[in-house]
Amino acid sequence: MEKTLSSVIIKKEWDIVGARQAGRKIAIDLGFGSVDQARITTAISELARNIYLYAKHGEITFEKVYGVRKVGIKIIASDRGPGIREISSVMKDGYSTSGGLGAGLPGVKRLMDEFDIQSDDHGTKVTVIKWARQ
Amino acid sequence: MSSLKSDISNYKELLSQYLESRDEAVLYQAEQFSKQTIQQNISPDEIVNEHYQALQELIPNMDETVKDSFQFLIETMISYGLAYQEHQVLREKQIELRSEIGVAANMQETLLKTQIPDYTTIDIGVKSVPAKEMNGDYHHFIRDTQGNLGVAVADVIGKGIPAAFCMSMIKFALESFSDNQIYPEWVLDSLNRVVFRNLEEGMFVTMFYGLYDIYTHQFYYSSAGHEPCFVYRSDSDEFEKIDAKGLLLGVENDVIYEQRQTTITKGDYIVLLTDGVTECRMGDRFLKQQEVLDVIKLYADLPSSDIAENVFKHFERLQDFDLRDDITIIVIKRNE
Repeated sequence: MEKTLSSVIIKKEWDIVGARQAGRKIAIDLGFGSVDQARITTAISELARNIYLYAKHGEITFEKVYGVRKVGIKIIASDRGPGIREISSVMKDGYSTSGGLGAGLPGVKRLMDEFDIQSDDHGTKVTVIKWARQ
Repeated sequence: MSSLKSDISNYKELLSQYLESRDEAVLYQAEQFSKQTIQQNISPDEIVNEHYQALQELIPNMDETVKDSFQFLIETMISYGLAYQEHQVLREKQIELRSEIGVAANMQETLLKTQIPDYTTIDIGVKSVPAKEMNGDYHHFIRDTQGNLGVAVADVIGKGIPAAFCMSMIKFALESFSDNQIYPEWVLDSLNRVVFRNLEEGMFVTMFYGLYDIYTHQFYYSSAGHEPCFVYRSDSDEFEKIDAKGLLLGVENDVIYEQRQTTITKGDYIVLLTDGVTECRMGDRFLKQQEVLDVIKLYADLPSSDIAENVFKHFERLQDFDLRDDITIIVIKRNE
């Protein structure tokens, strides 16, 4: 069972903060602790920044997900930007951090429990899940 | 996760001990604790969180503002945590790569191995040491059917793995030449064609090639843009520069290599080098050629292999044991 809770349009840098706020609120509701909250918001920042920097326009959607005796937050970042040609190379460590651009997609993957990415000429969709320990 | 849990209680324990006693011994234990957590790959944000959790238990009525400030601190530490984890992964990868390069370097050594021929009339010594793991210098000895000695010393412009690949090609080309192509001008001309055809643009090789006629003690030599080499003359106790005109290998298809010759008399010795020796830096200046020769002369009375060894040691020390370039020294001495 999945339920869309909210979604935030990313067009300008300031929208990143809005996405963080929306994500944090859901994380608190789901009972995530301080560190996990910080991890989730950092991942949201990273995803939203990628949209803002490379696609200019996109959306972050939040869903509540249920597993076997667990509940989690699902974050979907989608855009209609130019897409990522070589996903495996941007998923390599050191690709973005060395230039000081931040944690990059490998960082997002580390911060969350589940990670998936799809990308073509018409855009990119990153889906991540963090499970709350119950 | 369970080890992390036990550490959390440990941290709280240590912290409470310290807050009571302000004892240096507990601080020492904290230092040990941090080493342990590093071993367990626990990232900085988790330590901050441990501290926050422990404080909440030790100070039940903690001020809300202080609590909030911890949320702020944890948030700031998340990226450090990520950078730390990434660092761990990259470090493992580096170890992996290094061992792969080690294997490649071993393979290079096996592939490029050249036997120093044994003569009674001349004494040959070689020292070749790479600056990094892979050697961009190359030397090669060939003994033809009459027993004459062919000697090559080469330097690829560029270092590391590409240079090593290039050297393998040169070695196999050299070995494929037949016995009637032993004269230096021929060898360099043929090699140049091979290199020109097979090497990417922007990669060049310098080579000095010599043929020592073991019966007449004539030394024939040609150079493809290589460093000048030297002959020590025992009668005058001076070095004589030997050099010949010729373009680096691989620049143009048709190059004419000049061939010269000189007579080696008893007590003379030939010194072939790469620019790792002659362009040896001392602080911020290059060594002068004369200084290099003075060093070589210091060891003139020793057997060839000892001359090469000692000269190398001398320059290694001059560069503070941190070679900037591959170094190759070949000494060929006429005994009788």
